[in-house]
Amino acid sequence: MKIHEYQAKALMKERGIAVPAGVMATSVDEAVTAVRQLIESTGNPVVVVKSQIHAGGRGKGRFKEHPEIGGVTVVLDGIDGGIEAAEARVRTLASQMLGSTLVTIQTGDEGKVVNRLYIEQGIDIATELYVSVVLDRSTSHNMVMASTEGGTEIEVVAEETPEKIIREEIDPAFGLVDFQARRIAYGLGLEGDAFKNGVKFLKMLTDAVVDLDTDLVEINPLVVTTDGRVMALDGKMAFEANALYRHPDVQALRDKSEEDAAEAEAEKYGLSFIKLDGSIGCMVNGAGLAMATMDIINYVGGEPANFLDVGGGAEKDQIVAAFKLITADPNVKGIFVNIFGGIMRCDTIAEGVVAAVKEVGLEVPLVVRLEGTNVELGKRIIDESGLNVVSAVDMKDGAEKIVELTR
Amino acid sequence: MSVLVNKDTKVLIQGMGKTGRFHTDKAIAYGTQMVGAVHPSRAGQVETFTGDTDHSGVQGRDDTYNVNVPIYREVAEAIAETGANATVVYVPPPFAADAIMEAADAGVELIIAITEGIPVADMVIAKRYLVGKGVRLVGPNCPGVITPQECKIGIMPGYIHTPGKIGVVSRSGTLTYEAVHQLTLNGLGQTTAIGIGGDPVNGTNFVDCLAVFNDDPETEGVIMIGEIGGTAEEEAAEWIKANMTKPVAGFIAGTSAPPGKRMGHAGAIISGGKGTAGAKIEALTGAGVVVAPTPTDMGSAMLEAMNG
Repeated sequence: MKIHEYQAKALMKERGIAVPAGVMATSVDEAVTAVRQLIESTGNPVVVVKSQIHAGGRGKGRFKEHPEIGGVTVVLDGIDGGIEAAEARVRTLASQMLGSTLVTIQTGDEGKVVNRLYIEQGIDIATELYVSVVLDRSTSHNMVMASTEGGTEIEVVAEETPEKIIREEIDPAFGLVDFQARRIAYGLGLEGDAFKNGVKFLKMLTDAVVDLDTDLVEINPLVVTTDGRVMALDGKMAFEANALYRHPDVQALRDKSEEDAAEAEAEKYGLSFIKLDGSIGCMVNGAGLAMATMDIINYVGGEPANFLDVGGGAEKDQIVAAFKLITADPNVKGIFVNIFGGIMRCDTIAEGVVAAVKEVGLEVPLVVRLEGTNVELGKRIIDESGLNVVSAVDMKDGAEKIVELTR
Repeated sequence: MSVLVNKDTKVLIQGMGKTGRFHTDKAIAYGTQMVGAVHPSRAGQVETFTGDTDHSGVQGRDDTYNVNVPIYREVAEAIAETGANATVVYVPPPFAADAIMEAADAGVELIIAITEGIPVADMVIAKRYLVGKGVRLVGPNCPGVITPQECKIGIMPGYIHTPGKIGVVSRSGTLTYEAVHQLTLNGLGQTTAIGIGGDPVNGTNFVDCLAVFNDDPETEGVIMIGEIGGTAEEEAAEWIKANMTKPVAGFIAGTSAPPGKRMGHAGAIISGGKGTAGAKIEALTGAGVVVAPTPTDMGSAMLEAMNG
């Protein structure tokens, strides 16, 4: 689960991790009010207006409706013009940004509508760095990754200057040990106060990872201020779905408006669904088989419209819900049901498919491939249903048939 | 011969809830020695299993079975009483990592964790706990391990398997069934099929399984089924190049998966350009593995690898 930058920063602040002062705003008036509050409390006349969406690349992103402004805009008007000038500028910016569509490198061409802004104090930056904590799957331990190349995507640094990435593996029995934090701070070239603050920052950040069960924490940039403080200027946090049950405070941060409606609907029925751009709807049991079904449709020249794993124990109403999800997509020109019944019996699937077609209706070709437990019974149910269903002998045969039928 | 489990394996069940009970019944029907269960709130009770024998399993049995499975409070006690040397974990996700650690502490040789949805952080700790304990963990989030007609531990349908000469190792349950089914149809059969699970942190990995199959005199070839996410397949490719003496066929799911999206399995995600199917297929092909272009071709890829 992803959260917004302002939420991640609030979680960090609660744990003693240094972040700039900021205020979240959902209206122009709230944004303007925040300006005076921030300038008066921090003494810094600069504020930054930051769009809050669940996608990166906001700074370089542009609004469809206002291509002249970026998703993150620094307001310098307060330096010469005082608080009133800063307020006036933020009023204009906020009214342009709120409700407009921000397109970044991560949103795709359709972009995302900005409903929340984060108004943040300006920071006098001396250096921009990078730090993240992620699971290293090859060791099964969390790992700190740090780099002096703040502001640059870590993938780019890894590609172009891999020697600039500092890695420290965290043994779960001990956490990030002091000397490891010092080693990272030395590697980042920190000195004096900045060194002390950097070590403290790293220790608290890695504690927060354990405390919150994050999937990913990425601070890019991590900044050293001109007075030696170390702060998270940006903050990205994602949480591991399996551990959310023990973090009701984190669950409360979920912003459903940022999520795909069909994927959220699927979740209600215990289905794993991902919308894709193609025209062939897929319904499969098992994640690996569901992926392989998309692959084989591609292999024979088609384009899958979705990934859909109904799981190992789906009942009739889940099959019906799955069918509704697939047919609700106007791009779908045909459906391929691919089942290898293990625990799930083919007759259960067949009954579900027949019930779904009767309830939802079927206006596109349907190919069904059944194999495994009670396969004969399942095939008979389909055959005797009188529905216009094409049977396939195996996966490849099924994929070829549905691609042919949708040409 | 076979690997990990055979007709002498004595199995404990951790978590005798609805799911645990259902699959224990299937395992007993198959002929697996299910000798005891651990379920603290039901300690002292006995669970009775009766039904019709699954004749695709252990041969030469009566047509019906009637088996009593005693329930214990702790794993250590259950091992002392039953002599179990393997355990299967059906415990719900919040408590599953603890169950794994308890089994390791009790000195069981093999832990097979079926549970899906264990928090990654819990598995990081459990895996660290296992270091130096001389125990093998398979899973979690896996179908289990089966040696056809000897021992079935997990949730796979027994009847699709047949004894034979191919070792199967896979991150995906249903794709394992596809491969097993094809190996049964083309007459190669299986020595043992191992589901290593779809989670980002798991116990036994591809390399571990390749090594045991390589050392098993009855295994003549191996099929490995991977998917996007992580670098386990690339590590396996390196190991195969350096050590494997037997033919290997493979399949990788997810060539059409979009980056940054979790494809059902917690571990199946392309992140930061890492873990793509293309890179895995290239690594395996480079190591001499015959990679099937589609799952329908897994059985024939194995034949090709053996005859090539």
